[in-house]
Amino acid sequence: MHELGQPVPASDIVHSVEEGVQFAEEIGLPVIVRPAYTLGGTGGGIATTMEQLKETLASGLAYSPVDQCLVEQSIAGMKEVEYEVMRDRNDDAIVVCNMENLDPVGIHTGDSIVTAPSQTLTDRDYQRLRDASLTIIRALKIEGGCNVQLAHNPHSDEYYVIEVNPRVSRSSALASKATGYPIAKIATKIAVGYHLKELKNPVTKRTYASFEPALDYIVTKIPRWPFDKFSSANRKLGTQMKATGEVMAIGRTFGESLLKGIRSLDMKDDHLLLPRYENETDEALIHQWENADDERLFAVAEGFRRGFTVAELHKHTAIDAFYLMHIEGLVHLHLAINDAPWDAELLQTAKENGFSDSTISQLWDTTEGDIRAFRKQQNMTPVYKMVDTCAAEFASETPYFYSTFEEENESIKTEKSSVLVLGSGPIRIGQGVEFDYATVHSVWAIQEAGYEAIIINNNPETVSTDFSMSDKLYFEPLTFEDVMNVIDLEKPKGVVVQFGGQTAINLAEKLHEAGVNILGTTLEAMDTAEDRDKFERALKGLDVPMPPGKTATSVDGAIEAANVLGYPVLVRPSYVLGGRAMEIVDTEDELVRYMKEAVHVHAEHPVLIDRYFFGKEIEVDAISDGNNVFIPGMMEHIERAGVHSGDSIAVYPPQTLSEQTKQEVIRQTVKLAKGLGIIGLLNIQFVLHENSVYVIEVNPRASRTVPFLSKMTGVPMAQLATQVILGSNLTDLGYTDVYHPESDRVSVKAPVFSFAKLRRVDIHLGPEMKSTGEVLGRDLNLEKALYKGLVASGMNIPRKGNVLFTIADKDKEEAVRLAERYERLGFTLMATSGTAKLLQSEGVAVQTVHKIGEGTPNISSLIKDGDAQLVINTFTKGKQPARDGFRIRREAVEHEIICLTSMDTAFALLHVLEMMSFATEPVPRLERVQVKEGVQ
Amino acid sequence: MKRQLILEDGHVFTGRAFGSKKEQSGEIVFNTGMTGYQEIMSDPSYSGQIITFTYPLIGNYGTNRSDFETIAPSLHGVVVKSLSPYPNHWKHSESFNELLVRFDVPGIEGVDTRKLTKLIRDKGTVRAVICNEETSVDRVIEQLQSENAAKNQVAKVSTTHSFSVPGSHGPKIVLIDYGAKQNIMRELLKRGCEVHVVPYNTSAKDILKENPDGVMLSNGPGDPRDIPECVDVVKSLVGKTKIFGICLGHQLLCLALGGRAVKMKFGHRGSNHPVVNLRTQTVSLTAQNHGYTIDAESLLHTPLFVTHQAVNDGSVEGVALEDGSAFSVQYHPEAAPGPSDANALFDQFLQQIRKPVKELS
Repeated sequence: MHELGQPVPASDIVHSVEEGVQFAEEIGLPVIVRPAYTLGGTGGGIATTMEQLKETLASGLAYSPVDQCLVEQSIAGMKEVEYEVMRDRNDDAIVVCNMENLDPVGIHTGDSIVTAPSQTLTDRDYQRLRDASLTIIRALKIEGGCNVQLAHNPHSDEYYVIEVNPRVSRSSALASKATGYPIAKIATKIAVGYHLKELKNPVTKRTYASFEPALDYIVTKIPRWPFDKFSSANRKLGTQMKATGEVMAIGRTFGESLLKGIRSLDMKDDHLLLPRYENETDEALIHQWENADDERLFAVAEGFRRGFTVAELHKHTAIDAFYLMHIEGLVHLHLAINDAPWDAELLQTAKENGFSDSTISQLWDTTEGDIRAFRKQQNMTPVYKMVDTCAAEFASETPYFYSTFEEENESIKTEKSSVLVLGSGPIRIGQGVEFDYATVHSVWAIQEAGYEAIIINNNPETVSTDFSMSDKLYFEPLTFEDVMNVIDLEKPKGVVVQFGGQTAINLAEKLHEAGVNILGTTLEAMDTAEDRDKFERALKGLDVPMPPGKTATSVDGAIEAANVLGYPVLVRPSYVLGGRAMEIVDTEDELVRYMKEAVHVHAEHPVLIDRYFFGKEIEVDAISDGNNVFIPGMMEHIERAGVHSGDSIAVYPPQTLSEQTKQEVIRQTVKLAKGLGIIGLLNIQFVLHENSVYVIEVNPRASRTVPFLSKMTGVPMAQLATQVILGSNLTDLGYTDVYHPESDRVSVKAPVFSFAKLRRVDIHLGPEMKSTGEVLGRDLNLEKALYKGLVASGMNIPRKGNVLFTIADKDKEEAVRLAERYERLGFTLMATSGTAKLLQSEGVAVQTVHKIGEGTPNISSLIKDGDAQLVINTFTKGKQPARDGFRIRREAVEHEIICLTSMDTAFALLHVLEMMSFATEPVPRLERVQVKEGVQ
Repeated sequence: MKRQLILEDGHVFTGRAFGSKKEQSGEIVFNTGMTGYQEIMSDPSYSGQIITFTYPLIGNYGTNRSDFETIAPSLHGVVVKSLSPYPNHWKHSESFNELLVRFDVPGIEGVDTRKLTKLIRDKGTVRAVICNEETSVDRVIEQLQSENAAKNQVAKVSTTHSFSVPGSHGPKIVLIDYGAKQNIMRELLKRGCEVHVVPYNTSAKDILKENPDGVMLSNGPGDPRDIPECVDVVKSLVGKTKIFGICLGHQLLCLALGGRAVKMKFGHRGSNHPVVNLRTQTVSLTAQNHGYTIDAESLLHTPLFVTHQAVNDGSVEGVALEDGSAFSVQYHPEAAPGPSDANALFDQFLQQIRKPVKELS
């Protein structure tokens, strides 16, 4: 960068406070202090005064094991702008898209709200950064795409280069969807030697790839964070990205773009002003403005509602006044709407600015349906505009649309009969990219069946939002209003909701009420599977056993229910996704705590209480056409019931189930599919308890395991289900078996976690899903498949070293067997006194180590110092982070040491290790042949 | 206050008023640039035209003192989807609205500019009026159809007196002002040139009397065929001095050497136009603003070679004499607004100046 004359923030490595102060005097305050080799930047921070700097340096140097800190000029608070650039072998380079972060420098761009194109740069600012980006890509001689992150001083022409990613990045996907310019596709063609000027722009098909897209709309990206799942996680945003996914929204006004984005998040909040913020103190709000978390946007809006000024908000947030003034404008509009019920002109303004019918109905104290009817009566219906890369300069035929409240509609319904597929929105825990796989396969099947396939989705990271996948793509929020508007225009034959996860399923009821044809499994059938009481009745009617359970609407009711059922019990709120707020409870005290703290129980939101069966979990995905049922595959989970199915290692085909059990699972699956009236896909989870099979859960939709099973069995499940949904039957499609012949290879699906990035989250696995991704391993036997799966999931399998045991009482018996075998493999065992005594009494050699607080070396320092290669820690009750168990688990994660919290996973890893090891044992002693006396 | 935008083909858009409240007609065009509204509105080449900005949010960063391309904008109107009520930028001194009021330019906000752009794209450039809500549509259409496009655009925007800006040891350039953008001057001054600006109708004799090292033919509004006297001047200059033409200046050079200008359907206006250099085969992204172009075939029998071509439609983007002593481009190497990719053309001009002049045979 220095050679190119491109400015980067000044920085230096210092070894003493004096050195640091001297450097800071040279470059000026504020500076960032980053201690070397500390995890998560412990001991560092921003210093705005010399006093602060001395303090921070002193602590940073103390924390750093090598006694050094990086002192860097702070550019926090500057405008953060990204340029997506492309270059070919001919040295021709272009900017595909520039994007400006609403959140200034200081928050990871993946955790920032982003607008495209930049909003606050003059042409000279824009060109200054463009020139810098092109200089960089040319100097690096990149052939393909490159991402350049820059900071621009909001008070001068000064700028800095923050980061250069010489590859296609997360931002490139966003830039591709934001502009319509397919960066990866063009980058690939460049890689094989094409020049930009000879490649056609695949959007216009008339112009060439060597041009810079012109947008005639505003794009907003909002990250989707996992904090609804990780209630204890540190939500503060900074340089470590925490979001699991993102949404994108397109609008012709800033408000339309921003508010559609908020709606797309698929949270409970569908607007800027949230009632729950009304009770916050001003101090709490100010704290939130200054320490950005995932909800800062809402806190800012609340500030404007209270009359804080743009200048004040700018002072506390450093967000550019442009954005703040627009947010303030939306808050004022919100208040104006509130004061003028049924004002048609104001409604028009509200719609142009992105307000949803639902928000307006709340303000006007009426129903969403009434607003919708009033709006239609006033002829206020959205039109759809095309994303065409060229701001309408050239005619295009891209089937890529977004809604807006303007005059001309560009999306013309074709003569062909169509089917609408609802996507699954942003990637989050429990609803990952697996659902997008199913959506895309469904689209292919719809096209194959001769229909036009239409997609609605809002996730820029997915394949389903690539406009070349479907016949028509609507980039829209997945709410009733936004979906209905598309349906009003397209009048599809029906809507497929099975592949869009819970997001799409949750829309089914309202769509059905509005007269929309839900294809496949009927709404009644879905409701039966999801409504606790109806489900129980249906299962009884079908004579399918399930763990006994009850519904409670009060704390007393819950206690009574648990007493009848017997502990342990599994408790959860009704209608949940990914096991949210689900817990296994052993005692009445714990139950009371759960009822009071974890859920807000009342008549409309009952809590479900089930007897908890500790046993092997079995999972099945099946397809039913109403008469026949086809099961492509059955999986058993390595971890026993109690660990969320998304977090457990699944094995296909089952390795330990008896033929009898399998037949029972098949029998019950068929019974359930037919009995519930499933048309299409369903997913069932069973538990094997004392040789009996019980149903735990039925999902009347495509599940997370559809891609895994499809790939491992070769059965195109989503396509097959779509054909069935569209009216074909399994027999005609050639699927006459009930159970697809099992593969002779073994496949495992292993979860991937992001614990290192989510501080304060307990990594212990339980009924709440925590994984953010998955990988698969396949081989001739289970151990080999597991090895591949575990390595692929990021586990660095140790061959030797120390294993640290901290085991809950209930697991101690199993722990002995486990420990013996680890010892036999040559591992050194370590345990705290209780566990150690037990192991020793069973004749296992183990070193006793101190507990935390008993002096060093203790269990915590062993992990910190790298003296433990594997930690096996089973759960001790109490979720308070202060508990020793929690600390041990966090230490392990932060020091990248494998920490297993389930005995089952520990055994699985043991099997892998045993498979990899060769025993060195003496050969049997040669027996002596006894010579019988007297024989001659 | 509600306003109307009426097109001569009968299309009517309603919206809200901003800028001047007067009624004014002009040729309606669109520009696809996402930044640079201040430079665009003050570019004299837009004289007499109504500009539609295709980017929907205009006025975000207000306007400032340093980004003007002329002191007195002469465009006839501005059409936007929405005008940002919240201008903010450290250089900001006056909002876009205030600026339009000051220069008495009417604007209309709240228009489906994408629909309008598609109309212009499909029908070609049309005439339009920005007027009050009560104005009779029939009356306006009748007026538009009877009105002829003004032919004296260059005279309106050119300087009336010549003037000099001193340089620093650089060559002396005469800049013929057909409606020159300030940035052409800035680029020359940046390179140390002494710049002598003359009115569009200055004779060749008067220009050569200045002993210029080179003559710069500026950009400007309208149809090059409307100013035959300027074509004659350029004809007399060729071979006597080094020449660099931009936009209208490019068209005049072509006409002077026997080329033919034709009106385009809806022109090139934006900051993202790829142009290929036919010699090096490299592409530059350029800012463009023209409604006329040079017919490539008409150049076959002239001493001019086509040096640059538009990637998208293959139209002529640059020409030169074989020895390079005169060359010109249809696009704007001075940018402002737009990319600076073609900025090196100014250096090329200065290199030419350092070579001795050869008489054209």
